[in-house]
Amino acid sequence: MISLRDVSKAYPRSGDALSGVSFRLRKGEFAFLTGPSGAGKSTVLELIHFQTRPTEGEVQVSRYNSRRVRRRDIPALRRRVGFVFQDFKLLERLTAAENVAFALEVIGTPRREIAGRVQRLLSQVGLAARARSRPSELSGGERQRVAVARALATEPRILLADEPTGNLDPDAAGGVFELFRMLNRLGTAVLMATHDADFVCRHAEIRQLELEDGRLVRDSAA
Amino acid sequence: MRAVREALAGFRRTPLLCALSIGAVGLSLVILGLFGLVAHNVGGAIGDVERRVEVVGYLLDDAGPEQVRAARRELEALPAVESVRYVSKDEALERARRDLVEFSDVYGELRVNPLPASFHLRLREGFRTPETVSETAGTLAAYPFIEEARFGDEWVERLFALRSAAAAVALALGGGFALVAVLLIVTTVRMAVLARGEEIEIMQIVGAREGYIQRPFLLEGALTGLAGGLLALGVTRLAYVFFPARFAAVESLVWLPHPWTAAGVAAAAALGLLAAAFSVHREVGRAYGPS
Ligand SMILES: Nc1ncnc2c1ncn2[C@@H]1O[C@H](COP(=O)(O)OP(=O)(O)O)[C@@H](O)[C@H]1O
Ligand SMILES: [Mg+2]
Repeated sequence: MISLRDVSKAYPRSGDALSGVSFRLRKGEFAFLTGPSGAGKSTVLELIHFQTRPTEGEVQVSRYNSRRVRRRDIPALRRRVGFVFQDFKLLERLTAAENVAFALEVIGTPRREIAGRVQRLLSQVGLAARARSRPSELSGGERQRVAVARALATEPRILLADEPTGNLDPDAAGGVFELFRMLNRLGTAVLMATHDADFVCRHAEIRQLELEDGRLVRDSAA
Repeated sequence: MRAVREALAGFRRTPLLCALSIGAVGLSLVILGLFGLVAHNVGGAIGDVERRVEVVGYLLDDAGPEQVRAARRELEALPAVESVRYVSKDEALERARRDLVEFSDVYGELRVNPLPASFHLRLREGFRTPETVSETAGTLAAYPFIEEARFGDEWVERLFALRSAAAAVALALGGGFALVAVLLIVTTVRMAVLARGEEIEIMQIVGAREGYIQRPFLLEGALTGLAGGLLALGVTRLAYVFFPARFAAVESLVWLPHPWTAAGVAAAAALGLLAAAFSVHREVGRAYGPS
């Protein structure tokens, strides 16, 4: 479903962010992407989301290939690949429900379907009761759940999460992680970047891809 | 619908910048509009005058009829010459009597006709330039039996110079303001894009189409241009209504042909659209471009 083949990414000033990274992520799989800050985790996720292109090698996500993808196909690709950030990126002036509705609206969901789907998405992340709250009235964990509900609006087959628990206290972090596990059991592949080693250790059964200085130094499934 | 709503929200967000953009588009087009109005009205007159540009050669009284006929044939064969009219001494006198009524008594008492015969040359369209006019006069003056060749030299030249100068000034001013207008619209749209940076980022992340994201901004640019164009049309129309009242010499001004005004307003909208497209591609396009 996702495959990176000998991917290198160089930035004009800061040099190589990634060098020769290869791995595959299967349908419905769950994996951690670990490594210290600056190791290249975000760069890997951005490459899979086609926010940037490799300098060398290629990235394949379902039928989209980084060498051949056309600019106008990128929106369709991104609808299959949900993205969650450390800082949530919610619109502060909108309620939880409106934040989710925004995503549905901009991908062209028929107006009459939006309200029902928003309610279902918020229920799925356990936030139906907070639909009318603004981000400023929600806890960190709740905000991240809204962000997940928004990422699910396009019914993605893959969920990319860039340090989604980085801003959360341990309880909230555990809750969000359980949410990812639940979504994964329902069939969504999840690739979650984190530099929280404890967290990863406690879930040794989950595949771990470890980056260091732009290189893939360990793949627990290999 | 959404695009319209958001384009209008853009106007509310930066009203001063929008007003400046509209004003600049308007000003550039008012200048062109006023020139167009004047040119359209004077154009007819200039055309008339140009058509009447004549090169006249006065014949010595001792010119032989055979010489005159031969010269006439040669003159008619010149590529620049449209027609050659010969006015005999008698005809000249006849005309003078008719045209200059106050002198008719004087002419009536004459026993000798003092007026010379003359050739009147009209030039073909496209040859009515100062150079050709003086060249033709030179050719005419070269005949030994031609005493003098005349043309309205100075004012012909001035007429042409005036018109091209006016056109150059109108184009330079209009073009200058159009450039200012483009820069202002580019800035306005950039401000609108920056003001909505967060939303745009989220739209790009969840997979909104590029056109969907850009449409409100393009519309904002086009509406700015359109508003400027309509403003210019209004101001030009006011000038048209009030100008004749103040300058009684011009009795009736003719309003611009509809295709001209329509083209002007459409051009303004297109200008706004292009400026917005330029800006939005720079500001929004990056997230989808290869990098
Ligand atoms: N847009 C960018 N421009 C220049 N350098 C970048 C950019 N993004 C990341 N980098 C560099 O690439 C390296 C990897 O960064 P990143 O992928 O963000 O690491 P991580 O997410 O693991 O902390 C870092 O050295 C960083 O400075
Ligand atoms: Mg990072």
